[in-house]
Amino acid sequence: MNEWLTLTAQALAEQLRRGELQPSDVLRALAARIADINPLVHAYIEADLESALTRAAVLERGPRRGKLYGVPIGVKDNICVAGRETACASRILAGFRAPYAATVIQRLEAEGAVMFGRLNMDEFAFGSSTETSAYGITKNPWDLDRIPGGSSGGSAAAVAADCAFACLGSDTGGSIRQPAALCGVVGLKPTYGRVSRYGLIAFASSLDQIGPLTKDVTDAALLLEVIAGHDPADSTSAPLEVPSYTQHLTASVEGLRIGIPQEYLGAGLDPEVKAALAAAGQQLEQLGMRCEPVTMPHTPSAIATYYLIATAEASSNLARYDGVQYGLRVTDGTGTTLRAMYEQTRAQGLGAEAKRRILLGTYALSRGYYEAYYLKALKVRTLIKQDFDRAFERYDCLLTPTSPTPAFRIGERIHDPLSMYLSDICTISANLAGVPALSLPCGLTRDGLPLGMQLLGRPFEEARLLQIAYAYEQATAWHTKHPEAVAHA
Amino acid sequence: MREAYETVIGLEVHVQLNTQTKIFCGCPTTFGAPPNSQVCPVCLGLPGALPVLNRQAFELTLRTALALHCQISERIKFDRKNYFYPDLPKNYQISQYDLPVSHDGWVDAPLEDRTVRVRIHRAHLEEDAGKLLHEGVQDGSLVDFNRAGIPLLEIVSEPDLTSSEAAHAYLTTLKTILQYLDVSDCNMEEGSLRCDVNLSVRRAGAQALGTKVEIKNLNSFKAVRAALVFEQHRQQQLLDRGERIVQETRLWDAKRELTASMRSKEEASDYRYFPEPDLVPFEVARDALERIRTTLPELPHARAERFMQQYGLPPYDAHVLTADKAVAEFFEATVTGGAPAQPAAHWVMGEVLSFLNAQQLTLARTSLQAAHLARLIGLVERHELTRPVAKEVFVEMARSGQDPQTIIAAKGWRRVADPQALATVVDQVLAEQTQSVADYRRGKTTALMYLVGQCMKATRGQADPTVVAELLRQRLTNLMTKE
Amino acid sequence: MARVTPDDVRHVAMLARIALSDHDVRQLEQELTRLLDYMDQLRRVATDGVEPTTHVLPLKNVLREDVIQPGLRSDVVATLAPHRQGAFVKVPKVLE
Repeated sequence: MNEWLTLTAQALAEQLRRGELQPSDVLRALAARIADINPLVHAYIEADLESALTRAAVLERGPRRGKLYGVPIGVKDNICVAGRETACASRILAGFRAPYAATVIQRLEAEGAVMFGRLNMDEFAFGSSTETSAYGITKNPWDLDRIPGGSSGGSAAAVAADCAFACLGSDTGGSIRQPAALCGVVGLKPTYGRVSRYGLIAFASSLDQIGPLTKDVTDAALLLEVIAGHDPADSTSAPLEVPSYTQHLTASVEGLRIGIPQEYLGAGLDPEVKAALAAAGQQLEQLGMRCEPVTMPHTPSAIATYYLIATAEASSNLARYDGVQYGLRVTDGTGTTLRAMYEQTRAQGLGAEAKRRILLGTYALSRGYYEAYYLKALKVRTLIKQDFDRAFERYDCLLTPTSPTPAFRIGERIHDPLSMYLSDICTISANLAGVPALSLPCGLTRDGLPLGMQLLGRPFEEARLLQIAYAYEQATAWHTKHPEAVAHA
Repeated sequence: MREAYETVIGLEVHVQLNTQTKIFCGCPTTFGAPPNSQVCPVCLGLPGALPVLNRQAFELTLRTALALHCQISERIKFDRKNYFYPDLPKNYQISQYDLPVSHDGWVDAPLEDRTVRVRIHRAHLEEDAGKLLHEGVQDGSLVDFNRAGIPLLEIVSEPDLTSSEAAHAYLTTLKTILQYLDVSDCNMEEGSLRCDVNLSVRRAGAQALGTKVEIKNLNSFKAVRAALVFEQHRQQQLLDRGERIVQETRLWDAKRELTASMRSKEEASDYRYFPEPDLVPFEVARDALERIRTTLPELPHARAERFMQQYGLPPYDAHVLTADKAVAEFFEATVTGGAPAQPAAHWVMGEVLSFLNAQQLTLARTSLQAAHLARLIGLVERHELTRPVAKEVFVEMARSGQDPQTIIAAKGWRRVADPQALATVVDQVLAEQTQSVADYRRGKTTALMYLVGQCMKATRGQADPTVVAELLRQRLTNLMTKE
Repeated sequence: MARVTPDDVRHVAMLARIALSDHDVRQLEQELTRLLDYMDQLRRVATDGVEPTTHVLPLKNVLREDVIQPGLRSDVVATLAPHRQGAFVKVPKVLE
């Protein structure tokens, strides 16, 4: 494997700006690596080298400028890239070529990045294992019999296997952080409203955020710096300045108070996860921070709250996939009625999990059940948010595991939806409260599987999270580990 | 013996707002563009697109709400109304459910003999759907999304109307107010105003309301009136026969002039309303509202009152003149241009309105100018022009936009008052009208009027009748004294 | 204790416009019952006097100016459509 491929995005950008490397060479090397590894890992749905090289040629003709000059960035299949098929790993959007680019893509390209590759995901982001994609399962590069996490499984696996320098993912209930933890990479879910959702194909509008999956904390800071900021095309986008996250990574973290919510350490937590978290806490104390237990009493209600709100919003967001304007249309010749076209297109185009969530969400909103389910969940959401508000009065940051277990085996939970949902317990509350959350590697199991720790911060305090994570990363070496299974090819 | 019945009517009106762009995106709203040419990811509901509310649409809604004496909600939010239809790109409509822009207002609608106050239940903002074409399409229907996302103002009345006349008056009043506010041109034929009605009938004096029937597919004010008359009659007949009225939606059939049950059995729709997560809530500060209130123009009712006071016009005239904003402004400009109020009212209500009706035009589409009309009226008032000629000049003014003097000069329609010039005609008429001359000589003075009329006819109205009369009298006296 | 019947499943499937086989209905009946049973635990959470959270950010009054922005080229809709007729999207006959 070409050693450039192990560079971080920032290091690569520096070399490209200095002219030591050419963007097109980097792309070719990356494409070769993907050709080797993707048959094993299947992180990519596709990677169109031709169009990326066209863009690289344009960059090479111009000045070598931009924070991400020449850096290839992988994009999860639910973020619109103009002219490219974007299908949310679903049959129902097969052939849909977005006629516009998401705001985050525009911002990355303005800094010289090259969009390269559609990364695999759970269909419509419904899942925690990337097993529901219509394009096939993505494998965890650390153990090809295990899931990489989801729904941004492809993004996490690609970065972990050095098949991508950095990727964009999306996070609604943990879909960036959990795969990051299971694949041993860094994943950041920004504060709700920090990053524009324009061009992100919606799952749950009040919970979704786009964020980076990267090899280290510096890269996460770099990507966030580029994609964050107010967007007039997104009404829920925060009109706040974006700090230069990369400039302040080394700020002191001494004296910061870290709360460890006790409810996250309960039954169901794998003992190795528990041990790794305790070790992480100790490491943070060695760095001058203070860790204390804290209680967030409504944590046990988070999954029920999340799955009612998220599926309700999803049932409405996915109503547009009906065969009328784009994507799949199923008809039986000229005899088909409109109703049949709708019902058959959706029956055949949507996977089982997608159907389950749409029906659950429709039920939660339907006449007679709205108050008991959807409205009730909105109220409990308030209580969960208040838990965070109270905790943040005393603590600058909260520390939890990212996932209650390391990566489980492929097929282990896919036939039991509830057990799959329960694996979101550590990540889900951050979306409900809208707070920023970052996952970074903090250990390996005896079997060599990655473990992640999660840092949660006050709204719009990503800088602090990145500083704490950076300090931890500098003092440890988890982020330098690479999966053996795909080391050579 | 036929029972006495009471009718209860409510109206739901959808008005397209006069904004440059659509409600949630920057696509233009101009009418008649080629299909699917005024669209973008947002109004098409493409995956990943997001709505952002048009400030002007919001402000026009606030203005209208204030003009309709509504309360503005302290907190305003949008909701999703979920249902599947091909003209609805997202298969949900962004509308308002429990916290609309405004609620609890009223409007006074003048009827012939009284004014009826109609309470407004609510006025809220929502997006329009696209257009479906069925006629002449083989094996399918066609969809055009140009109209998807046009801002709509929905105004729902309380069931305070008790007759089709009252409903018609209410609609007309609403239309006029909206026109004055420049919020919409309220043209049902062009689709900028749509109206659904609901009607129930109960025995006179009964407390409970009868079964409500909704009627859709009304394409003109006339249709609204006719449909209500028909439906009222239909329900009364059913009740007479002791039959039950089915709660349903019926469609107005303009050709056959009746309401008919909808072909497809409409299941009671469960729209699963929930708060729109892609739009944030809105709050309007007190002082911002007051500022908007001060920018409201003089509204029709107030203007009619003022016309009565300022110009001494009777109520009927004031209402006719203020029913259309352009006409009201034209009337006032005519008075400002020098015409006295009463004749100006007379001319505008008479010649101007009948011309517009006959030609099916609006004032904007004619070349008529108020200053010119004022001058024309002056000519008539000073007897420099006869009424019949003035009418012809008027028609020419409306067509060409020229001022009356130019037209009169070009057509040679100067009022002829010169005795020398009229002498020939007078003599000719006297020579021809021997019987009248004889009558006059016998003492029948009315024969003179007849002779004047004949001279007017001969000069196509251009002769000054006073001069003609004088000339005739002189000639006739000469004739009599000669003998 | 939530209990989802086959009629419930068919009803929401109709609302959501998804065709289901009898097998699907039976399977979903079980799955949805189990899931909603789990969701029912929220009943035990005290929420009297608690306001629902529909937006986590305290943003309000986000508006855009009434100015025309460039849209999509006029052939985009027809190009994306599974079935077109000229510039129109074609769908099965809609009965009014």
